[in-house]
Amino acid sequence: MSRHRNVRSMNYSEEYDGYDDVYGHSVEDDYCVSPSEAAFMYDREGSKNKQKIGAFFQTVSNIAEEHEGEVDSKGSGSDIEEARLQSCIDQVKETLGSSFSIKEIVLSLKKNNFDIEKTINDLLMKRADGELKQETDKKGKAITTPHPQKAQVVSSNQTTVNVTKGFDLAQKDISRLCPTPRSESPGSGRVTPINVQSNENEEKPKHKSYGKDDVLNNYKKDRSGEKEHLYMIVIGHVDAGKSTLMGHLLCALGQVNQKTMHKYEQESRKLGKQSFVYAWVLDETGEERNRGITMDVGKSQFETNSKIVTLLDAPGHKDFIPNMIAGAGQADVAVLVVDATRGEFETGFDYGGQTREHALLVRSLGVSQLAVAINKLDTVNWSKERFDEIIQKLKVFLKQAGFKDNDVAFVPCSGLTGQNLVVKPTQKELIEWYQGPTLIEVIDNFRVSERPILKPLRFSVNDVFKGTGSGFCVSGKVETGSLSVGDKVLICPSREVASVKGLLTDDSPKQVVYAGDQAQVTLSGIEMQNVSVGNIICDPQNPVHVTTKFQARVVIFNIAVPITKGYSVVLHHQSLVEPVIVSKLIAQLNKSTGEVIKKHPRCLTKNTSALIEIQVSRPIGVELYSDCKELGRIMLRVGGATIAAGLITKIL
Amino acid sequence: MKLVYKNVDKDGQGTVGLIPEEPEDMWHAYNLISEGDSVRSSTIRKVQSESSTGSSTSSRVRTTLTISVENIDFDTQACVLRLKGRNIEENQYVKMGAYHTLDLELNRKFSLRKQEWDSVSLERIDVACDPSKSADVAAVIMQEGLAFVCLITSSMTLVRAKIDVTIPRKRKGFIQQHEKGLQKFYDNVMQAIIRHIDFDIVKCIIIASPGFVKDQFFEYMIQTAIKTDNKLLLENKSKFVLAHSSSGFKHALKEVLQDPAVTSKMADTKAASEVKALEQFYNTLQTEPAKAFYGKKHVEKACEAQAIETLLISDNLFRCQDVRQRKEYVRLVDTVREMGGEVRIFSSMHISGEQLDQLTGVAAILRFPMPELEEDDSEDELEED
Ligand SMILES: Nc1nc2c(ncn2[C@@H]2O[C@H](COP(=O)(O)OP(=O)(O)O)[C@@H](O)[C@H]2O)c(=O)[nH]1
Ligand SMILES: [Mg+2]
Repeated sequence: MSRHRNVRSMNYSEEYDGYDDVYGHSVEDDYCVSPSEAAFMYDREGSKNKQKIGAFFQTVSNIAEEHEGEVDSKGSGSDIEEARLQSCIDQVKETLGSSFSIKEIVLSLKKNNFDIEKTINDLLMKRADGELKQETDKKGKAITTPHPQKAQVVSSNQTTVNVTKGFDLAQKDISRLCPTPRSESPGSGRVTPINVQSNENEEKPKHKSYGKDDVLNNYKKDRSGEKEHLYMIVIGHVDAGKSTLMGHLLCALGQVNQKTMHKYEQESRKLGKQSFVYAWVLDETGEERNRGITMDVGKSQFETNSKIVTLLDAPGHKDFIPNMIAGAGQADVAVLVVDATRGEFETGFDYGGQTREHALLVRSLGVSQLAVAINKLDTVNWSKERFDEIIQKLKVFLKQAGFKDNDVAFVPCSGLTGQNLVVKPTQKELIEWYQGPTLIEVIDNFRVSERPILKPLRFSVNDVFKGTGSGFCVSGKVETGSLSVGDKVLICPSREVASVKGLLTDDSPKQVVYAGDQAQVTLSGIEMQNVSVGNIICDPQNPVHVTTKFQARVVIFNIAVPITKGYSVVLHHQSLVEPVIVSKLIAQLNKSTGEVIKKHPRCLTKNTSALIEIQVSRPIGVELYSDCKELGRIMLRVGGATIAAGLITKIL
Repeated sequence: MKLVYKNVDKDGQGTVGLIPEEPEDMWHAYNLISEGDSVRSSTIRKVQSESSTGSSTSSRVRTTLTISVENIDFDTQACVLRLKGRNIEENQYVKMGAYHTLDLELNRKFSLRKQEWDSVSLERIDVACDPSKSADVAAVIMQEGLAFVCLITSSMTLVRAKIDVTIPRKRKGFIQQHEKGLQKFYDNVMQAIIRHIDFDIVKCIIIASPGFVKDQFFEYMIQTAIKTDNKLLLENKSKFVLAHSSSGFKHALKEVLQDPAVTSKMADTKAASEVKALEQFYNTLQTEPAKAFYGKKHVEKACEAQAIETLLISDNLFRCQDVRQRKEYVRLVDTVREMGGEVRIFSSMHISGEQLDQLTGVAAILRFPMPELEEDDSEDELEED
């Protein structure tokens, strides 16, 4: 397969926000996943930064204070007001439909001092007075007037027309998705009705039975005036500074109170781990703190101007990649942290480090937008050359991994000193050459993924635990559809029925949760031990497929030994981790076109594509990729390395 | 297994007397006995007797029976071998031709008569009766929430306990449930070790996991042993070996068995050498695919061309009901040996044997590259679908 061809096919799918493009080109040998055992060992104590640590603590409190000041200033400033205005506009539109232009609503709102009741009355009065007649007639009932200056965003984010070579499975799927508020009209914070109409026509008949309008309307009602919710996973080689970066970010945003921070500082000093004080914000278990590494996905939350961001801090260590995969399955976007220190970037990137594997993994799991934090720039004296050098290397690789140039942003920063995280940098060596956005600005600019709320309910269980009251809780992500308190649901693969007693997102009770939400569900009518991580909670009328055998189309990464029939591998499907056997090699496929090159190949070698059959020892709940992207993706791992990513094409 | 006598004539016909001494020997017996063989052994038979008054009583008597085997049943976990067949020797309690089910018992002699003792069967006797083996190794392979406690003998890997619990993840502000869940899990694993591992026999206990689970668990176990004054664990502390595995699934044992730190502690390395041989096959497939064949047809072709350097074959194939098929496999083994090739008969009860079984059960590394056989084979496979 020639390189030319690869590049070409990638361009075709440029606009497409799916998985297909990963299949449209070959991932060259040297860019592939094969972390060696060597990466397991690292010398934490020998960290070069040690001597400087003390100096940084001074800045901790400073930055936090500075930041608090900033929030205050913002509070009185335009941002909050704008958000408030926005939410009011939404509420008004909710009631009145879209027959009034935003300008009118805004005017009226201001006049009525943001009192929604009054505004509505006011507007309706006007209408009655006939003042607005021409406007309404022209616009029809369903069209919102978008913010003029934001209208262009639509074209770049939302195009679904694509010429994709390789898999075309996803195409029919995408049009059905309810576009995100962000991609539709960033200002409105919700879905415009017109899209509902067109979506409906393309719905498969089997989903017709859904009270879609109700669901959508409720969704709009529930979520109007809220900031968009973004799930972000932080990835990168072990010790790249992920936890520190995010811990510092949280501190700087005032998410961690001074007292706690002080406590962490004292305690970490006692353990001689001062350099990990920020990491402690996320690494909570004793084990993690003692060892100074993240083991399971840590979760926290913060807000940006336009978004509520749930942060998933992934473990970088290769042994904990299964945890990372589970985390990435829940994420919309990713922040890839790389260590700019000389030699360290190279270790993480070239010599079997996790940088590549992580990036490939999240891409294969459907994450398409990426911020790359070039971290620890303090160790290289904020060198622009170093920054550019790293970007250069990463760009090539990320493109090959299937990320579009436009969806990748590079940000220079330092997690330890806090430069360029939340406030504009002050380091003069950095300002000299960098005027771009801060990390938080980049995060704020991410688009939120589509929320397929009209599809039947699918909820993947990521955690099972005792709640405070009766029953027990599961947490996970609503992949598709919606879920209300009182619903009867089916737990698959056991096919037991349970009912929903309560719903929480981010510790606040909800009546309904929608696709894209990470929720905590209190279940009753079922024993706690009968629900486990990896289960799929679904609509009893429209359950997920339960099977022990399926076919998948896979791309094979840079594997050390070929895959044969009968190969034992570990399957990752959402949060499920299950040993499986590659029971058949059905055909070897052309990586770009998907054509069958050879039937029943004897083995599959690295960087190829194939159709295989997978046998699971016990039933699991899966979906065809064409029906449900979220539950149609799989990853295969062996001996601690990811060997393939795939899409489920047939359920047997 | 103890060999009591062996009377096999030139044509391969004859009888062998054996005493199984440990559970693993049942596995050997299972691999030795085929349908159509006759087995003579002491057994318990329920006998109905009618008294003069006409009332019938049933009693159990011990008697020696010879049956012609029709059905073989092996419980891998309990190591019980059950043979069913017709009685072929006159007996005071059992009529000729009556059915009887014979459970082979430990430490009780049985004799096995075959029309033809082939090379594979004879080799099996040698292996089974080799006194140098039987240094047992135990392995605990685990990850958070999942653990297998296994015994690894020369030719079997037995799962003695599987612990599968859901441990709540750590959540912000709620790490207690996670840590409590973990502790409970460790307790379960520890109990399974105490219950299923015979420290008098087992020379080495491998604890393998990804990450720090193994260290954390070992630490926990020793601390708990100290607290509860568990002498057994404390005295055997030095037998534990910690190793890395990429997951807690059973098949990750093969990674453990490739770790030199582990194999150096194992007296018997059949399991490890099988893993290595299969790995070598896969490596060849990677580097020189034309020198790695698998599947009966392909391997037979390679054999015809005298190309086989190492033959990997699962003992599963010799247990097939079809006598003709068994003969073909035996011939394959014999031919390869005649040509100076090496033959490795994998135990299907080991991890690598399980995998070889999945890979048609037979594979070969060749001396020289051979062209890949073309389509007709894949047609065959298509029909299988
Ligand atoms: N000099 C310097 N050191 C950093 C920076 N960020 C993190 N570190 C150090 O790198 C080490 C690893 O950090 P950690 O956040 O645990 O990395 P993770 O494994 O990616 O989560 C710690 O010793 C940190 O103090 C940075 O920006 N500059
Ligand atoms: Mg970390």
